[in-house]
Amino acid sequence: MDKGLNNSRKDFPILDQQVNGEPLVYLDNAATTQKPNQVLKTIVSYYQNDNANVHRGVHTLAERATDHYEAARDKVAEFINAANRKSIVYTRSTTESLNWVASSFGNLVVNEGDEIVISQLEHHSNIVPWQQVAQKQHATLKYIDLTTDGELDMDSARRQITDKTKIVAIAQAANVMGVVNPIKELAQIAHQHGAYMIADGAQAAPHMKIDVQDLDVDFYAFSGHKMLAPTGIGVLYGKQDLLEMMPPVQFGGEMIDFVHHQDASWTELPWKFEAGTPNISGAIALGSAIDYLTKLGMDNIHAYEHELVAYTLPKLLAVDGVTVYGPHDPNKHTGVLAFNMAGLHPHDVATGLDMEGVAVRAGHHCAQPLMEYLNVTATARASFYFYNTQADADKFIQAVTAVKEFFADGIS
Amino acid sequence: MGLAKLNQLYREVILDHAQHPRNRGELADATGVMELRNPTCGDVISVSVQIDDDKIADLKFAGSGCTISQASASLMTTVLMNQSVERARELIMAFSALITGEEVSEKDDDELGDAALVGSVAEFPARIKCAALAWHALDELLDEKGATAHD
Repeated sequence: MDKGLNNSRKDFPILDQQVNGEPLVYLDNAATTQKPNQVLKTIVSYYQNDNANVHRGVHTLAERATDHYEAARDKVAEFINAANRKSIVYTRSTTESLNWVASSFGNLVVNEGDEIVISQLEHHSNIVPWQQVAQKQHATLKYIDLTTDGELDMDSARRQITDKTKIVAIAQAANVMGVVNPIKELAQIAHQHGAYMIADGAQAAPHMKIDVQDLDVDFYAFSGHKMLAPTGIGVLYGKQDLLEMMPPVQFGGEMIDFVHHQDASWTELPWKFEAGTPNISGAIALGSAIDYLTKLGMDNIHAYEHELVAYTLPKLLAVDGVTVYGPHDPNKHTGVLAFNMAGLHPHDVATGLDMEGVAVRAGHHCAQPLMEYLNVTATARASFYFYNTQADADKFIQAVTAVKEFFADGIS
Repeated sequence: MGLAKLNQLYREVILDHAQHPRNRGELADATGVMELRNPTCGDVISVSVQIDDDKIADLKFAGSGCTISQASASLMTTVLMNQSVERARELIMAFSALITGEEVSEKDDDELGDAALVGSVAEFPARIKCAALAWHALDELLDEKGATAHD
């Protein structure tokens, strides 16, 4: 495990550097991942050879750019096993995808007195858009509770989802608690009550095989930058009939069928949602990232990360004074390890780890309601990807121990 | 390098102020209270001040945060207590300059005393906001005070 899954570490030259005089150990992958040479080359090659605007030129470069842009859409569709490429809409990010579903589809189907059900472990991007819909429509926003282990409490889910529920929106993998939620089962419960199921896949799609048809979700959102692609490209998957009835969020060029002086008609799916010149190089780079991930194999990535967690989690738990959030059973925990150290603020922990070359996140992780639920103001968070190694894990544990010794007397 | 560099930031006096904060709490008879948050980490600092005769007669802080934000707030109360509003604002400016790596006059540096040691946070850009929070809160309070006085 010293060269990453399948010797992949060599494809990420950014990892080969010193930070504060120490070799970099990058453990902030839940925030964003690094980009392999293959993806970077795709971007450069696009701008060196094919750059043109899509869908509107008759010249050769425009045709090439359009072909690459649309070929990437096919790759996305295959990556999550969508039935149809028309179900794949490019967005800017998971946040934008969820905002579009909430503001357009949500406001269409949620009426006064209805319920929207989310959970205690959501990211702000799967909370705040639904608060807006609930306020606008005079609907109720309800939360599924967690078990003491930090997993979604399915008994609570069955109580919260009722015949009044119109929307159930849940993260497939949690960005703090490090759990994978049973989206397929939640979708069944939602559908039994006539509600729509929306999954936030930002922390799941990069790490495991996704099959949106098997999950039977109505919408699925994820970001490119958490899975080797650049920032600024995201995906919204929606069942075709639902995307058909969902009004566009943005209007202008590229999304119209015909424009008269007083009104206009929309072009077909998926382009009716893609107004204006899109992030062409980002979409093409996402296609390249998917090629890279597919070659490694999503099941292999999942198994490798599990091995890293099974190696790291017991060692982290063994450090005196460390609290790890979410399940302590490595079989139930993803590569996201949120933790605190007794008597230390996570910011001080993160600065200490940074001095040892170890990059982690510290803060509320855009999950303030969860922080409130856990009764903490913030946590530190180490998150792994397939290019991390056992040596990274060792350095992380060693740095945590060193930080603990540095602040031996405790603060606070 | 490694953790050795941490000694520059977490000096004994800073750890001492974080562990044993001075002037912690809320003033019952405050002339102004200002709560500021650091939205990136959720830290909250509330500063309450009592101004008599254009002088900071009493000053306290409350809230939760990291070592740097707590120590910086505590040091601020010790330095600015009993200062005139005008001089306090000058010292807040000087502190602001220090933590962003700028030079300040010897007089200001002397008067900031132990608080000047927080200036080493300039080497840790991600933590400058932590150091600044309490001082910004007081600055806004003194701004308000100034605005009221002119009315």
